[in-house]
Amino acid sequence: MAIGDGAASTNQRAHTHVADGVTVGFFTDPTICIGCKACEVACKEWNGVPADGVDWEASSYDHSHALGASTWRHVKFLEQEERFGAQVAGAMTGEAEAEDPFRWLFASDVCKHCESAGCLEACPTGSIVRTETGAVYVQDDICNGCGYCVVGCPFGVIDRRPQGLPGGGGAFKCTFCYDRQKSGLTPACAKACPTESIQFGPLDELRERAGRRIEHLRIQGHADVTLYDPVHTSVRGIHAFFLVPGDVTAFGLPERPEVPTIYRPRAWASAFLTAAGLMAAAVLAFASL
Amino acid sequence: MTGDGKDGSFEARLDELRDAAAREGKVDAPGVRAAGGPLPAAGGPLPPSSAPRATRLNGAPGYYGRPVLKPPVWTWEIPVYFFVGGLAGGCAILAWAAQVAAPEAVLVRTALWLALGGTAASAVLLILDLGRPMRFLYMLRVFKWRSPMSVGVWVLTVFGGALALALAGMELARAEIAGGLAPVLLAAGLWTAAPLGALVATYTGVLIGATAVPAWNLHRTTLPIHFGIAGLGSAAAVLELLGFPSPALGLVGLAASVGETLVGLSVEVSRHGTEDRALREGRAGILLRGAGVLAGPASLVLRLSGMEAAAAVSFLVGALVSRFGWIEAGRASARDPGAALSRYSG
Repeated sequence: MAIGDGAASTNQRAHTHVADGVTVGFFTDPTICIGCKACEVACKEWNGVPADGVDWEASSYDHSHALGASTWRHVKFLEQEERFGAQVAGAMTGEAEAEDPFRWLFASDVCKHCESAGCLEACPTGSIVRTETGAVYVQDDICNGCGYCVVGCPFGVIDRRPQGLPGGGGAFKCTFCYDRQKSGLTPACAKACPTESIQFGPLDELRERAGRRIEHLRIQGHADVTLYDPVHTSVRGIHAFFLVPGDVTAFGLPERPEVPTIYRPRAWASAFLTAAGLMAAAVLAFASL
Repeated sequence: MTGDGKDGSFEARLDELRDAAAREGKVDAPGVRAAGGPLPAAGGPLPPSSAPRATRLNGAPGYYGRPVLKPPVWTWEIPVYFFVGGLAGGCAILAWAAQVAAPEAVLVRTALWLALGGTAASAVLLILDLGRPMRFLYMLRVFKWRSPMSVGVWVLTVFGGALALALAGMELARAEIAGGLAPVLLAAGLWTAAPLGALVATYTGVLIGATAVPAWNLHRTTLPIHFGIAGLGSAAAVLELLGFPSPALGLVGLAASVGETLVGLSVEVSRHGTEDRALREGRAGILLRGAGVLAGPASLVLRLSGMEAAAAVSFLVGALVSRFGWIEAGRASARDPGAALSRYSG
């Protein structure tokens, strides 16, 4: 499946992934994103996510700033003094190389639905579960708002919604439109994306598609595109991966994210040894005096 | 033209522009501008900016210097719980140690009541901090070994039960009821409560150490030691201040002050540059260093100078403030994109 397959693309087709237990994903491609924010709007509309303000910072058209409890898709706006692929700076004015190279990139960020998910591991109530399609899902009727998932996420995605808003006090993030998927529909953001910068489909198929897209872009002169999918870290890969032109950290993505669960063994060893040490010290103090 | 446009001024201006375009084929004058919009008004001053453009675009780490991680949402209840829970755990250890090594009924009984009171207060604080407090019992729906918070909640719950058991034995013996059963209850309760209490005091280090927050997870080995020593030392300090002249309590207090001094030194020595700079900068830096001096060298010097009460107070204040310092450092560290991107780099 390539770009522009219209009704034949996996974004538009009805599917039975939930019933079939097919692991699905998002492939987000900033090279064809036009920054229209239809994904943000579609997500808010479908999921009934409360408004969380329009906050212009006079630095770009990004007014939603970051993913959060009430922003489940977030379009980043990047202005970089670099070439976009084989772009010739100044071509528009007829004076080649008369201008500095410049590119404006848009990238729709979303919960990564990690293979090894920090929020899911941290959740003490069992509210956060993995669905049939491999998504990480917060059951709102179970969440008691302890906030531990917030510091468990290596990508700063999930957050607790402030009191006063609908659902206030609970933790929220992208649901991968679990409800839509159960009815054979595409997640709202992918459905609404006019350029199919957001592509939805079976994970394996998407990974192949992403590989082909990168090859294609490199041939076109985009030497700096890579796939952001940290399969070689403790996160073990993500179900919503991104094509990234240039430096991934410019998109606020950590080069080597780790699931915080890996920090437990040493911390618990320290806790148990200290506990034993405290008891021994106390007994010694009372026995010696 | 600025304003929110609600007075119809936008529409009026747009009509003028359309007329001008139809009449002359071009429009010279500026159009409308929403208040706070990103575009500068033609000829007007540029919108205020916190940094020069070049810095905003190229100098700030990450995505325009915006946080990579989410800061902890916990408020004052959590650092206070860390302190009170540690104190309760420490009291249970002291009650058990006294009973085992040098039985002194009044000390054991007081320490147990303090531990139970501290545990009850801990539960209240934890419930208050929840986003949805009415659902506090959902914590006990499941047991998840992989979630330090789940483990901690269960440890705290069983700890409370064991304390109640021990106190039942204690009080039954005092009232001379159930003569044969009372010592059994006391022993079973104490031997369960002491190790669980020690874990209540130390697990909080795992709780924040096993997170994505750089300044916390970099010190995940030190944190349980730090919180454990602070918990036991606080328990000894409170019992001392309540007037128990036991030299054992003084010895525990001395050891705790030495321990906290060493912990403070170790955190100062094992620096991770950008990645844990939150521990040394801003409010968190002041709180942590101030608390470190109070619980460590200051209480040590006071104790060695024979001012036990002052030493106990200094230690308690240091133990409480350091918990606030660690939570504040976590907030600052999570908001620091430079720290996160460096911690999780190639």
